[in-house]
Amino acid sequence: MAIAKILGAETEYGIQVAGNPEANPTVASSVLVNAYAAEVARRVSWDFEDESPGRDARGFTVDGAMPPEVETHLANTVLTNGARLYVDHAHPEYSTPECASPLELLTHDRAGELVLVRAMAAARRALAPGEEIVVYKNNSDGKGNSYGAHENYLVDREVPFGRLAREVTAHLVTRQVYTGSGKVGCELEGGPRAAFEITQRADFFEEAIGLETTLKRPIVNTRDEPHCDATKYRRLHVICGDANLAEVATFLKVGVTALVLLLVEDGALTGRELVLAHPVAAMRAVSHDLSLAEPLELVSGETITAIGLQWELYDVARKYAEERGLAELGPEAVGRQVLERWEAVLAGLESDPASLRHQLDWVAKRELVDAYCARHDCGLDDHRVAVLDLQYHDMRPARSLFARLDMDTLVEAGAVEQATTNAPRDTRAYFRGECLKRFPSAIVSANWDSIVFDVGEDALRRVPMMEPSRGSASHVDTLFDGCGSAAELLRRLGA
Amino acid sequence: MVERELKKRTTPQKEEPEVVEDAPATAARGEKLKAEIDDMLDEIDEVLEENAEEFVRNYVQKGGE
Repeated sequence: MAIAKILGAETEYGIQVAGNPEANPTVASSVLVNAYAAEVARRVSWDFEDESPGRDARGFTVDGAMPPEVETHLANTVLTNGARLYVDHAHPEYSTPECASPLELLTHDRAGELVLVRAMAAARRALAPGEEIVVYKNNSDGKGNSYGAHENYLVDREVPFGRLAREVTAHLVTRQVYTGSGKVGCELEGGPRAAFEITQRADFFEEAIGLETTLKRPIVNTRDEPHCDATKYRRLHVICGDANLAEVATFLKVGVTALVLLLVEDGALTGRELVLAHPVAAMRAVSHDLSLAEPLELVSGETITAIGLQWELYDVARKYAEERGLAELGPEAVGRQVLERWEAVLAGLESDPASLRHQLDWVAKRELVDAYCARHDCGLDDHRVAVLDLQYHDMRPARSLFARLDMDTLVEAGAVEQATTNAPRDTRAYFRGECLKRFPSAIVSANWDSIVFDVGEDALRRVPMMEPSRGSASHVDTLFDGCGSAAELLRRLGA
Repeated sequence: MVERELKKRTTPQKEEPEVVEDAPATAARGEKLKAEIDDMLDEIDEVLEENAEEFVRNYVQKGGE
């Protein structure tokens, strides 16, 4: 049965030290995170107790396939907005707090961008003159190396994972027509080098389903690590999307996927079976097809275009919403906004994709590249075009090309600013954030599903938070009211 | 609430009133768009990284996810 869609996003940013190509990216990422923690945020470290990235949703644990990499020596902080800012291998990564609607997740994804902008500024003050750490919100270096932008969706454990995977795959493949961030130059071996591609990520997906995230990447990732009550919930970990800068693209990527998951949970996809015969080939075909007309084969033998498949999902979703509302996507207006924007964007893609130049990343970048090539009389293989492609994602306000394209927005700048320090009010992130704000010196560590306190007693005290929707403002504000210390808070909790 | 408001729009809203513009208006809009793109490209030429070839060569990302 459909459950409230608690959502999160994890973005690995590309990183470079300007003027020093030999710089170690792991060190640079640590400098960045530490500079932000020291200058802007209070430092509380992450707790690795609950990490189990090797557990597979298909019901087994892979020994040695993916040893948990506990890099406690690296920078790792929890912020008062409930987010996690840390170093993941050789990248700075921002994980949003748990959000209760797609619009709230968009706000917190944008807040993450602002945190990285401030981290760059803080690092500049800590570095030698002339040195500068620069981050990019993209997913590829154009040389065959990719890094992720992952989404997380809370789903009902009762839904068999096999059915979930089968029903969601066609959506993940075809949503690329609006989630792509655009890329110049294919990164498939033997692929066309001087081509414009809709997504950054499609070239890197080699399996339909699996546990990996760095090798043989699968369209449906089976990591079974819910970070909450595993008897009731799953966290669907979606790894095949692009990091978006365009707000409309982020909103649709998360909003439509959450809505499709409601349809899966409620068994609403009862029409013709929307299962692709060759999902990996289709993933690439959709990304490489600027005409948006490529026929994709279904297991039934019929064919359908990516937009056609999205329209079929849309029709089911609209009927579903008419019959029972979309309360699981947060405030009533948000579900409606997802449907309306989805419809408008599909219609735009069908009639005139260029009309979406202020809404979708790949369209904006393509128009920019075409205009640049026309003015400078150059081709897609020109080095300046490769710079254009990278610099679209440059997070420095003075250098960002994205910031110069007058893109449509869906959230107020003030709300984004607020979200850099304040947690969402309707999930457990609120409890985490408020504890960090009120009692930072009493918190030893925190993670998604618990907080560890040191209140001066012999033993440390762990407060579990196994229900993602509990710990919201309506649950715990009375608990915090007039509470002067962490010890008092624990007494009130009866811990 | 949701149900009623959503029901109003059971058919995709594709029949927007057609706006017939005369040729000069269309041309003027085209000119305006071109001027906007030119301004945008001027600005982009100003902020684009110099030494394109070296910049692109140096952007290498390893590890992650």
